[in-house]
Amino acid sequence: MATIHPKLSDELSQTVVSSTKSVKIKIKRSNPNVNSEQKFDDFVVPIEKWTTVLDVLLDVKSHLDHSVGVRYSCRQASCGSCGMKINGKPGLACFTKISELDSDTVTVEPMDNYPVVRDLAVNMDRMINNHKKVMPYVIREDSEIDAESGIREFLQSPENVEKYIQFSSCIKCGLCNSACPTMAMDKTFVGPQALAQAYRYIADDRDKGKNKRLKVIDESHGIWRCHFAGSCSQVCPKGVDPAMGIQLLRGYLLGIRD
Amino acid sequence: MMVLRESIIMKIHYGTALGALFLTVIHIMMRLTQDFHESLEYENVIANYESVGYAILLELLLILISVHGFNGLRVILLEMNQGPTYEKLVTIGCLAGMAALIAYGSRTIIMTNMGML
Repeated sequence: MATIHPKLSDELSQTVVSSTKSVKIKIKRSNPNVNSEQKFDDFVVPIEKWTTVLDVLLDVKSHLDHSVGVRYSCRQASCGSCGMKINGKPGLACFTKISELDSDTVTVEPMDNYPVVRDLAVNMDRMINNHKKVMPYVIREDSEIDAESGIREFLQSPENVEKYIQFSSCIKCGLCNSACPTMAMDKTFVGPQALAQAYRYIADDRDKGKNKRLKVIDESHGIWRCHFAGSCSQVCPKGVDPAMGIQLLRGYLLGIRD
Repeated sequence: MMVLRESIIMKIHYGTALGALFLTVIHIMMRLTQDFHESLEYENVIANYESVGYAILLELLLILISVHGFNGLRVILLEMNQGPTYEKLVTIGCLAGMAALIAYGSRTIIMTNMGML
């Protein structure tokens, strides 16, 4: 049975409620450190038209069940902390409004392809390690700080920036890896997030680490295992297109791009 | 054991697919030189094998399809499971399967071409 929010229950009817609407939220609960049990807990929470899934979860935590495990921080789709499966599709809880889900019941589950820490919080070590593996920084011998001439700039034309700028919007939320069917099958696949970041730095004309990065991704569980399902690009909340980045990277490895 | 980089293997994979497609088109177009059912009659099939040019085409087709197919199988098996021993076994198994299929197919083509079958 669903736990009803106090603002919606009869005994507290004196509470001022501006909303006449409510939503039932089903939260997948589990704690692998204690046991293997998995269940859904239902809660009914009042909503406004601007209420996000994260607002509902925080309302549940504040008024109905403090023990719900959820990771969040910025609440404005910048930090990438609150990734989860919302009505079966990976999304950011803070960036998904209840009103746009067009459903009286919202089901939230932890992201697929990550081990669960507790309830909706997952362990993102695999993604972070793969991200580090592709060396996500500009590699070059010289520096912008020069002992003789002081500080100088590595200038870049707007056309060159255009080649990679969308990929630099990645907030490492991990939704792309969660949506990727190859990630589900191949536990050692490098993943769309890391591959998109490899492209971001290879396409940057200030960077000189192209060969190093291509060597990292050109292995049996690297770039070639992508089936171009495109689900990574579909779920990205920042409009990054990792599937396209992967195809562009393949161009470098096949010798059809410089 | 010499290990090829995955990009080289995939270039071979794509190349063999294109090559096999091209040769298959020629192979199918050769059926159009006579009625289709006639082209599949025993004597005509044997006549194809006995022509040196056609035997070379069949041999090339056999090699291209074997290389492409067994590499495809290797990729599928690598996705199903991971681990150094498993991956080594899959690679060796697929190479052995490919070599065995090419050897058996070549034997058939050569023996038929020489009139031994």
